[in-house]
Amino acid sequence: MTPHVAIETLNARSSRRQVLSRRQVMIGAAGLTFAVALGVDRRAAGAVLVAERSGKTLSPWVSIATDGTITIMSPATEMGQGSMTSLPLIIAEELDADWSKVRVVPAPPIDAIYGNPGFGGMMYTAGSNAVTSYYRPLRVFGAQARRVLLDNAGKKLAVPLEDLSTEPSAVLHAKSGRKLSYGEIAAFAEVPDKAPEVKPEALKKPSEFRLIGKDVPRVELPGKVNGSARYSIDVQVPNMLYGAILRAPVEGSVPDKIDDAKAKVIAGAVRIVRLPYGVGVLAETPWAAFEARRALTQSVTWSRTGTAWGFDSDKGMERFAADAKDLARGATEWSKIGDARGEMPKASSVFEAEYRCDYAYHAQMEPLNAIASVSPSGDSVEIWAGTQSQSIACEAPAKVLGIARDKVKLHDMLMGGGFGRRGNRDVDFIIDAVLLSKEAGRPVKVIWTREDDVHNGRFRPISAHYLKAGFDPSGKLTAWHHRIAVDRVGPYMDPVRYQMSGGKDFIAMLGADPRGYDVPHQLVEQLYRDTGVRTNPLRGISFTANKFATETFIDEIAVKRGIDPVKFRLELLKNTPRAVKVVERVAEMANWGKKRDGRGLGVAFIDYSGSQLAGIAEVSVDRANGQIRVHDFWCTIDCGVAVQPDNVVAQTESSIVYGLGMSLSERISVKNGAVEQSNFYDYRVPRMNEVPAMHIEVIATDNHPTGVGQMATPLIAPAISSAVMQLTGARLRHTPFTPERVKAALG
Amino acid sequence: MAINFTVNGKAASTDAPPTTPLLWVIREDLKLTGTKFGCGTGLCGACMVHIDGRRAFSCQTQMLEMAGKSVTTIEGLSADSSHPLQNAWLAEQVPQCGYCQSGQIMSAADLLKHNPKPTRDQIVEHMSTNICRCGTYQRIVRAVERAAREA
Repeated sequence: MTPHVAIETLNARSSRRQVLSRRQVMIGAAGLTFAVALGVDRRAAGAVLVAERSGKTLSPWVSIATDGTITIMSPATEMGQGSMTSLPLIIAEELDADWSKVRVVPAPPIDAIYGNPGFGGMMYTAGSNAVTSYYRPLRVFGAQARRVLLDNAGKKLAVPLEDLSTEPSAVLHAKSGRKLSYGEIAAFAEVPDKAPEVKPEALKKPSEFRLIGKDVPRVELPGKVNGSARYSIDVQVPNMLYGAILRAPVEGSVPDKIDDAKAKVIAGAVRIVRLPYGVGVLAETPWAAFEARRALTQSVTWSRTGTAWGFDSDKGMERFAADAKDLARGATEWSKIGDARGEMPKASSVFEAEYRCDYAYHAQMEPLNAIASVSPSGDSVEIWAGTQSQSIACEAPAKVLGIARDKVKLHDMLMGGGFGRRGNRDVDFIIDAVLLSKEAGRPVKVIWTREDDVHNGRFRPISAHYLKAGFDPSGKLTAWHHRIAVDRVGPYMDPVRYQMSGGKDFIAMLGADPRGYDVPHQLVEQLYRDTGVRTNPLRGISFTANKFATETFIDEIAVKRGIDPVKFRLELLKNTPRAVKVVERVAEMANWGKKRDGRGLGVAFIDYSGSQLAGIAEVSVDRANGQIRVHDFWCTIDCGVAVQPDNVVAQTESSIVYGLGMSLSERISVKNGAVEQSNFYDYRVPRMNEVPAMHIEVIATDNHPTGVGQMATPLIAPAISSAVMQLTGARLRHTPFTPERVKAALG
Repeated sequence: MAINFTVNGKAASTDAPPTTPLLWVIREDLKLTGTKFGCGTGLCGACMVHIDGRRAFSCQTQMLEMAGKSVTTIEGLSADSSHPLQNAWLAEQVPQCGYCQSGQIMSAADLLKHNPKPTRDQIVEHMSTNICRCGTYQRIVRAVERAAREA
């Protein structure tokens, strides 16, 4: 037996080989196995089948056992969004697999095979793009595997290929009535060195789909109703210690003096450890670790290093806002259509407005945690973690320990929520466990408390928006200028990708243009700001802030000009039929024209990475206490092919609730560089008694599938602002719309 | 001094410090990890269990209160995941990340035990102790209604 297997990556630009250790590539299932390598440069068309009869060497996408069990690898990590079902389902569709015989397994961290073509080939589950990016390659691979089964069946039955067809998990020879199950074929199949070519036209027509577009139950849900689903926080390994970390109050500070006298006398505390960015506690139980950490709180002094010292987010917001509207302040061009600079002065009338958005926190239900077991010699590590990127979860620990990436064995666990928090390049919560395990010489499970998770969150950035619109004499909107002063995200959360993108801060800036609307001259500018505060992508990423600004601005223009906001949008969208459809349909669903007593209706539309969405909120406002209540929310979504339609609805419900919190109550503030909030009493997320009745319609089309995991989130704030305007005549321009802000706006 | 109590019908004993929350004893000592740690302050409900037949935040219950008490966790709700709520949760495809759902189901089970035919408003009021960050609330209501109907 050879100790290593080489997989050739089918990157047209290089012939680099990735050497895989046997441990990484072993898979238990016996039978026929296939693997396909996706091109790492997005040219994923080239695919090859590599096979081993017994399943003992390669890490495959699919293996078929002789009993008919089909094992399919899931390349995306599962945080509740359903990719663990929808991606394998795409392979199963073209393979013509009997879904009841499919077993889904998380793919091992081998970028060359399982990398996401949407993220340059790294294994990364983010941006709601798993189905979008993997859809084509997985279909081709499923079809290639089916073709190999057909070829083998043809040879065995001595009949021509064109006389054969498949039904779920079986090849049929209609003329003779003979049938071979996939399991039977697996027992004798020969797999070619080179994958059979499958032309796009040979893939199934949407009308032939048996799985895509039909709902199947999500594969991992049974374990989520009886307590058996395993998250990293549930893992125990022999001889394990527990860890907790006291982090600096201000990002960038390091511990100076550590007085551990009170901490180390806590029953169960084992050791107090100085870390580069904080102080670690090792203990026999999680509770002892938390108690010892608490005892340290007042006993550590910190260096005054780090940009954020002295930063106050309220004052920072004022500065951002002043800079955004001061056109003399330097800004970099983000996007441009036509010549807004030249056209704006020629406009016969102009309109301008300002908007603001506060820091927001992910609040995934599972506080961050990880288990690491560093080998005694420090030359390898085993990790259990919930991560949005298997690649990063291997790379970062390898870098910290100075070992090769293949010396990191990752157990990719279910995530108790992600929302963007678990994909930053330095994976802080995993490194905690790695460093403490190295110190302890034992496996360590580090658990963050909720307070740790809030204080050391990585937030949606603050942003201040200045918008100006120019109209021609007929009243047509001709020029659009959007200036955004925003705390940087990309360079902080992932310097590697930031550099790869040519220094574009996508996570702060996407969604700032009025996409879909017919506006001939558009200019979007960024005022890059670095407060030193920890920032990150957060569900809805920059669309939540930027679409709040752009959609509210559109609404303000409509109101100012006395045009119905739905009608105004339909005029602007007239060249975008899919957009028109979602807006018209949502207006019908909500009975838009009908006035409600004591309630207002507000609308918003977005094109979010190709998905078309429209939403209407029905709200009331308690003028005495400033409380907004959203009673109903109607939403339409056209995401192209809806692979799992009920899950599209579920993700949209989820996105709406998330957007509701960001719109009404969720707010992180920073004083003297430190986060002021601590837990769910002062960072309030929506509860059941605060959510509206949600009415969602998926408008399925045959377009390439686009994202669904967060797309409705940015609709909520502008729709509420629009509704409050209709009801009260007051305009809300700063999210979240806290009762104080609502009262101030009402006057 | 050991504290004796009952978990899912079986005798249990712990010598954890008496101020240790029940949550950590259930999870780390008894290895019943379906009960989750979410906030540590009784604000999210991920840690919900039944103590002597009523729901309780296990993160807010110290072991010193537990002598002689009887605890039911999600693992003990039914022998084979067949509780009407568990069936309804799957029928309505409720969970997303799933982390809060043990606590949600335990809260709902407490409701149906004492009020087998709750109104929608009663469901919403009772269940608002539990946070679901994935926002599965609309499906939770449907699942509780279904379980009440089909039980």
